[in-house]
Amino acid sequence: MRYAETGYYLEIDLARGNIERVETDPRLTELHLGGLGTSVKLHWDRVLPETKPFDPENLLIFSTGLLNGTPAFSANRTLVTFISPQSGLLAYPMMGGFWSAELKYAGYDKVIFRNKSPKWVYIWIHNDKVEIRDASHLKGKGALETQDLIREELKEPRAQVAAIGLAGENRVFTASIEQSRSSASRLGGGAVMGDKKIKAVAVRGTKDVYLARGAEFMEHMEEVTEYIKFRNTNPIPDVMTILSGIGSPQEMKHTDEKWHTENFMWGNARTRRRDFWSKPNEENWTTTQLTAIQRLISCFNCPQQCGALVSSESVGGRKYMMKCFGKLTYSMAAYVDDLRFNFRILQRATEYGVDSFSTPQILAFAVELYEAGILTDKDFDGCPSDKEGRFFWLLDRVARREGIGDVLADGVYYAARKIGKGAEKFDHNTVKKHEQLPLKLGMLDPIYFLMYSTNEKISITQIEGNFPQAAFPTREQREAFVKDWLQVPDERFKQYVLEWEPRGDNAIPYFPTPEMCSEIVDWMEMLHNIDDALGLCAGMGSFCLKPPYHIHNYPKLISAATGMDIDEAGLKKIVNRSRNLHRAFNNRRGMTRADEKPPEDHWKRRFPELEEQLLSTYYKFKGWNMDGIPTRERLVELDLGYVAEDLEKRGILKDGQN
Amino acid sequence: MAKIKKKIKTIKIDADKCNGCRACEIICSAFHATPKYSSSNPARARVQVISRRLKNIWLPVFAGEYAPAECMGRDKYVIDGKEYDECGFCRASCPSRDLFKEPDSGLPLKCDMCESDPPLSEPMCVQKCLNDVLTYEEREEEVEEEVKPADVEIGLESMIDKYGLEKVTDTFARMSASKNV
Repeated sequence: MRYAETGYYLEIDLARGNIERVETDPRLTELHLGGLGTSVKLHWDRVLPETKPFDPENLLIFSTGLLNGTPAFSANRTLVTFISPQSGLLAYPMMGGFWSAELKYAGYDKVIFRNKSPKWVYIWIHNDKVEIRDASHLKGKGALETQDLIREELKEPRAQVAAIGLAGENRVFTASIEQSRSSASRLGGGAVMGDKKIKAVAVRGTKDVYLARGAEFMEHMEEVTEYIKFRNTNPIPDVMTILSGIGSPQEMKHTDEKWHTENFMWGNARTRRRDFWSKPNEENWTTTQLTAIQRLISCFNCPQQCGALVSSESVGGRKYMMKCFGKLTYSMAAYVDDLRFNFRILQRATEYGVDSFSTPQILAFAVELYEAGILTDKDFDGCPSDKEGRFFWLLDRVARREGIGDVLADGVYYAARKIGKGAEKFDHNTVKKHEQLPLKLGMLDPIYFLMYSTNEKISITQIEGNFPQAAFPTREQREAFVKDWLQVPDERFKQYVLEWEPRGDNAIPYFPTPEMCSEIVDWMEMLHNIDDALGLCAGMGSFCLKPPYHIHNYPKLISAATGMDIDEAGLKKIVNRSRNLHRAFNNRRGMTRADEKPPEDHWKRRFPELEEQLLSTYYKFKGWNMDGIPTRERLVELDLGYVAEDLEKRGILKDGQN
Repeated sequence: MAKIKKKIKTIKIDADKCNGCRACEIICSAFHATPKYSSSNPARARVQVISRRLKNIWLPVFAGEYAPAECMGRDKYVIDGKEYDECGFCRASCPSRDLFKEPDSGLPLKCDMCESDPPLSEPMCVQKCLNDVLTYEEREEEVEEEVKPADVEIGLESMIDKYGLEKVTDTFARMSASKNV
C-alpha cells in the first residue's frame, strides 16, 4: 500500500486519445518527495532542451503535492508545470482551491498531458473512469462559466474543474488556469493548455488517501492547529498589517491600502503616489471593498480566508471570486483612483483567464507607448479615450489577440521587441522576460537582489517569506521578534536579525553580508521547495513570518504520513536535489549568469561590484560554478551524477573547469 | 413506557460563517477510519458542505437517518433570494441521491457525534472548524425509552431494502460457509 501518495500517474496522449494509469516507482518519492520535486524529474527525463513551449512534446503536468488530501491543514495546492512561452524555462505556477485533493481521492498523484488534441476537449476524471470529451460547445466560454457548465453537464456538483478562458484558447502568454477561487497564473500555463486544446480538466474522486501512522500524524497536526490559533490571535507587532498574519496576504479582509498604494508604483511600474491615501480615496476604497465582497472564502481544508466572493451591483453585479493583489493591480496600472473599476475589470479578466499581475502591466505599457507616440491612433483605432474604457478595450484586444492585442498578448518583453521604435526602453520591469511586481525602491537590498536574480520561480512574491523584509528600528523590537522565533533552522539567523539595523554600518546594502544573504536566501527557497513538494500553501509555511509549518515539523509530518523516516538533514537534501535538477533543466535550456539580474531601475542606488560579489558568493554557497551551473561535485553529492554527465555531454559543464 | 433522561447533542451551524474549506468533512472521514486516522476521504464523511460557490451557498449538512424510500415529493427552498437544491437541507441517506453513502458499498452513513471511549469534549468537526461555524451544545431532556438499532442493523436493513431478504440471507450463508472452511 502507498501512503500519502496514491502511487499512480494518469498519462494522457492527446493526439492519439490514449489514456493510461501508470504505477510509479516508490523510489521516486524517496528521492524527490512529490509535487514540484517529482514533476521536475519528469520534465528532466522526458522533455529535451530543444523542445519549444508550443511543441507537442512540451509536457503539461497537473500535480498534487505529497500531503494533499491528508488532514494536514492548507495542503491544497495544485502545481502546473510546463515550459513557459514567456521565459522559455520550466515554470511552475500553482493554485489553491480544491482540485488537487479531489485528484488524490480519484486515485492519482499527477495528470501528465503530452501532444495536442486535434479538436477542443475537456477531460473528465471520475475515479477509474477517465474520458476525453468534446468541448466544442465550451469554446469561447469564460473560465468560471466553464466550470459550472461542466458540473451541470456531468450532473456532478462536486466535481472540481480547472479551466481556461478565451485568453488560454488564444495562447495569450499571460493566460491563467482558473479553478474555484484560485488560479495558476504566472508564466502562461493557460496558453500551453490552450495550445493542447484542453478547455478544462474536471475531477471527482471518492477513494481513500492513506496515512502510514495516522494517529501520530494527528498528534503533530494538533500542535500545528494550536499554533494557527495562536497566530490568528497574535499578529506580529512592528511590521506592516499585511505581514503580521498568516495565510496569503489578507487582501480581502484588510481595507487599509495606504502602504500598497503609496509604495507600489502606478502605471507601467512607473509612478509612486506618496499622497494617494487621502480621506476621499480611503473612503472610496474601503466602501467599494466592503460593499462588493459578499463572503470570505477558503481553499480546501484551510482555516484561513484569503479569497472572497464578489457580487454587487456597484461593481457590475456579476459574481466571481477574488484573491490577493488582483484587488488593486488594474486600478493602479490604469491610474484609476476609483476601486470600483478594479472590481469590474477583474471580473472580465477572470473569465478571460489572465494573470492579474502581468496583464495590467502589459496594458499600462501599451498606454505608455501610445502616449509616447510609439503606438499610434491606428493601433488604438476604436479605443475609448477615458482611462477605464481604454483598459477594458485593451484587455479585450489582448484576450482575443486582435490588432495590437495580438502583439501585446506575448507580454511586455516580446511586444517591446516586436513594436521596436524605442519600445524596448519601456520594458523596464521584467526578469527573464516575465513581468515583476511594480516596485521601484531606493537602496539595493542584497537579500532581494539574490531572490530576484536566481530563483527558478521568477516571481518575487512567491520566493520571499520567513525572514523579515526590513530591519526593525530598535533593539527592543529585534529582541522581541527573535524571542519566540521557533521556525529558524539555525540560531544564527536570530543573531542576523539582532545585528541588522535600518541605517549605519549594519544596514543594507552591506549587511547582511553576502555570506549571510546566501544562507538566508537558501533557507527561504528551501522552505518554498518543501511546500511545493508537499502541496502546502506557502501562506502557512514559506511565505510568511512565523508560520505554523517549518523545518522542524515538516519532517515529522512527512515521516508519519509516508512511513519513510526523514529527518531535517534528509529533507533538506531532497529539496536541494530538486532545486539543482530544476536549475540544471533551465541551464540546459540556455539560462546562465547573464540572465540573473533584477530590472535595472528596481533600485535607484545600485552597487555593481557588490552585486557581482553577492551573486558569486551565493553561487559558491549553492555549489554552482560562476556561470550559475551546478558543479559535478554538487550534482554527484545529490545523487544526480546522470545530470552532470548530460551537462558535460552538451558542453554546458566543462570538465575540470569547475 | 418508562421515562429516561436523554442527553441531547446539538451542533449549531452558523452557515453564514462557513468559508467552504471542508475541514469538517476531512476530519470526519479520518476519525471514522479503521484504524482511526489511517485514511481520509470526504466522500465517506458524515457531514457534507454543499457548495454552490457563485450562488453564495456554503451549507454544512450532517448525515441523519437512513431512509429506505424517497419522499413522495421534494422540497426546494429559496432563502434571501438564494435557491437551494432539491432536498438541500435534508439529512437522510435515501435512494433519491448519493449523499451520505459509503462510496464503495453504498451503505448509509450517519453522524454519531464522534461517540468514542473515552468520550471527546466535542465532535471532531467542531474541533477542526477554526472559523466557529460549528458549535457543540448539550442538554438533558426526559424522553420515553426506545430501543436504538445498532449500526450493523441499519446497514443490514438497507441491504435488505436494496437486494431483498432472500438474496442477503443467501449471500450471508455462503460467505459464512466459506469463512468457516
